[in-house]
Amino acid sequence: MRKRGKSRRRFLAAASGAMVALTGCGAARPWRFFTAEEAETVIALCEQIIPADQDPGATDAGVINYIDRHLMGHFRRFQPVYREGLARLNELCRQRHGRRFAELKFEEQTAVLESLTGDLKKFFDLVIDHTMQGFYGDPRHGGNRDAVSWRMLGVPLIPVRGREHYDLTAIKSKEAGT
Amino acid sequence: MKHVNAVVIGAGAGGGIVAKELAEAGFSVVILERGKWLTAYDCRKDDLRNQRTTVLGNGAGPDDERHPRVVVELDGTERIVRASEPGYHNNAACVGGGTLTYGAMAWRFMEQDFRMRSIYGCPEGSTLEDWPITYQDLEPYYEKAEYEIGVSGDVSPDPFHAPRRKPLPMPPLSPPTREHEILKAAALRLGWHPFDIPMLRNSVPYNGRPACMRCRWCVGFVCEVDAKNGTHNTVIPKALATGNCELRTECVAKEILVDSQGRARGVAYFDANDRLQTQTADLVVVSCAAIESARLLLNSKSRLFPNGIGNRYDWVGRNLQGHSYCGAIGLFEEVTYDDLGPGASIAICDFNHGNKGLRGGAMLANEFIRLPYQFVGRMPPDVPRWGRAHKDFMRRWYRRSIMVQGPVQEMPVFDARVQVDPKVKDYWGIPVARLSGRKHPHTLEICRFIAEKAELWLKEAGAIRTWKRIPGPGLSGGQHQAGTCRMGNDPKTSVVDRYCRVHDMDNVYVVDGSVHVTNGGFNPVLTIMAIAYWASAHIIREWRGRRGRV
Repeated sequence: MRKRGKSRRRFLAAASGAMVALTGCGAARPWRFFTAEEAETVIALCEQIIPADQDPGATDAGVINYIDRHLMGHFRRFQPVYREGLARLNELCRQRHGRRFAELKFEEQTAVLESLTGDLKKFFDLVIDHTMQGFYGDPRHGGNRDAVSWRMLGVPLIPVRGREHYDLTAIKSKEAGT
Repeated sequence: MKHVNAVVIGAGAGGGIVAKELAEAGFSVVILERGKWLTAYDCRKDDLRNQRTTVLGNGAGPDDERHPRVVVELDGTERIVRASEPGYHNNAACVGGGTLTYGAMAWRFMEQDFRMRSIYGCPEGSTLEDWPITYQDLEPYYEKAEYEIGVSGDVSPDPFHAPRRKPLPMPPLSPPTREHEILKAAALRLGWHPFDIPMLRNSVPYNGRPACMRCRWCVGFVCEVDAKNGTHNTVIPKALATGNCELRTECVAKEILVDSQGRARGVAYFDANDRLQTQTADLVVVSCAAIESARLLLNSKSRLFPNGIGNRYDWVGRNLQGHSYCGAIGLFEEVTYDDLGPGASIAICDFNHGNKGLRGGAMLANEFIRLPYQFVGRMPPDVPRWGRAHKDFMRRWYRRSIMVQGPVQEMPVFDARVQVDPKVKDYWGIPVARLSGRKHPHTLEICRFIAEKAELWLKEAGAIRTWKRIPGPGLSGGQHQAGTCRMGNDPKTSVVDRYCRVHDMDNVYVVDGSVHVTNGGFNPVLTIMAIAYWASAHIIREWRGRRGRV
């Protein structure tokens, strides 16, 4: 089963990769899903949700990396929601302030987010949830860089107890190589 | 495929026990399990992908791609839900079923829980009923489950528990957590009766496996050191060791096949390679949990049973219930977090029964350790959901909070139900479960009362701020799902008899939470296990040799 699911996923990932290559903007692009402009907006959004203070915020924790990674995986179904939501948020900011969301002052951004209604509010709710996951969840998923949130909360990091997953064959081949 | 005496569908709490009991009695048995056999290696400690937090998928199945369900919301809108989404009412899909990753509370129901209608009368709009069996019928089988699967704890300080012949086989986990000590002293000051929760978890080495190492990745996770006891590491290996039992994983049952005489002749299922197979058997045991068991019976339509097996009077899939969890959270000046798992350890049963004007109640216990992302959603109503204030709240209170909650026994509702959807099919083309209905209003009344007691407990414990958590009116089910194939003496108002046999088919049994008439104010798994031993004993006693045809 998962064979089927995975190969489909791989195919889609490969297909969208190919599309990126075809449109010619793939090489310099650091994100899997977001365009550079979208990424700017997402980073600003996440930082609004969990701002840096005496402890690191969403930007420092690499929350965007979590969202970007899973939009190509488990969150694939949210791709259109993000694409459209980010465009509409920027459109709203242009109407109100003549600038994109990321170009607004922090307080202006907050005011925009507090005023959201309808579909845009729903979109923001989704981003809130994903941001919380990326910030407070396990670093293995691409966010919570250096376990910054767990350090902030004072939660002991995951200890290595001898059952951490490692690939025995990889170790063997390394040994064989040396 | 070789004919067998019994085919058991589902290797969870019920099916695992039936398979072992029958195999040890000399029956040839095949277990069909739709999930995989996960082991301690699959623990993963993944806080975003496990059986309790599923934002990146279910850790112990089923997968999102192949197992949709249809949910009808309270406003009548329908949506197709994926297995890891809220509203799906998932249990698990793996060898061991829910017992692989559960929190493992091992409650016996109280005597009153089997006689709810006699004691309280049925509220309007409910199908509240007595069980056809009593606590005394099940007592020896509760004991057998406690000893064979393995339970630690100490219920002796609880004056409300039903009579029992033996103490639990293992002492409580020690040392107690900081939460435990704070709550114990507070409960005693209130004149309540706190005690150590019985748990299907080794507190000392037992059954050849080690004791709990007190980590925080417990409920929702496979145990890393195999100290949590389920059917996957007890009865199922024993069943296989007899040589009489074969376990087939990644096999999805399609329907129970019925012969021209109106008896079951076996099961049609899709194997791990998606090939349609037939396993013939003298007996068919359905142990897929309340939603999937009902779905399988409803999908087993034949000339003699056009509405599905056991469904002559339209009771299959009815009375779907779980528990209405409610309680309170308290904030404390001192640090309450000590990183000592599993977290839940202390309970009271002072409010399970005898609450004025209310039909039943719930036990109250402290909650399992809340991993950071879980705490995000447990803010008081006035804290913003994002921004500086939210972050500040997390930082200040994460390690200074205690949560107390209880599973309120629900008033069964006839229209809270499982049907098969007329249009939507799963990956194999089998019609999927369609869930609809709501909680009974009296259930919510009980919730408000129980939440107040939880709040009172936290305040007495020194909480500087508390707030209640009360569920909405929507359908209940989830991992405690029950009730959809009610046990009863009257075939017109129930699906199976007192030994779990479908009324109008003498070789089909349903052995899981489906048969529960009511679900107790407790986690239901030990009762499911006791009923599995009870039904198995009946099957073995009544066995007159092979009666089916190939």
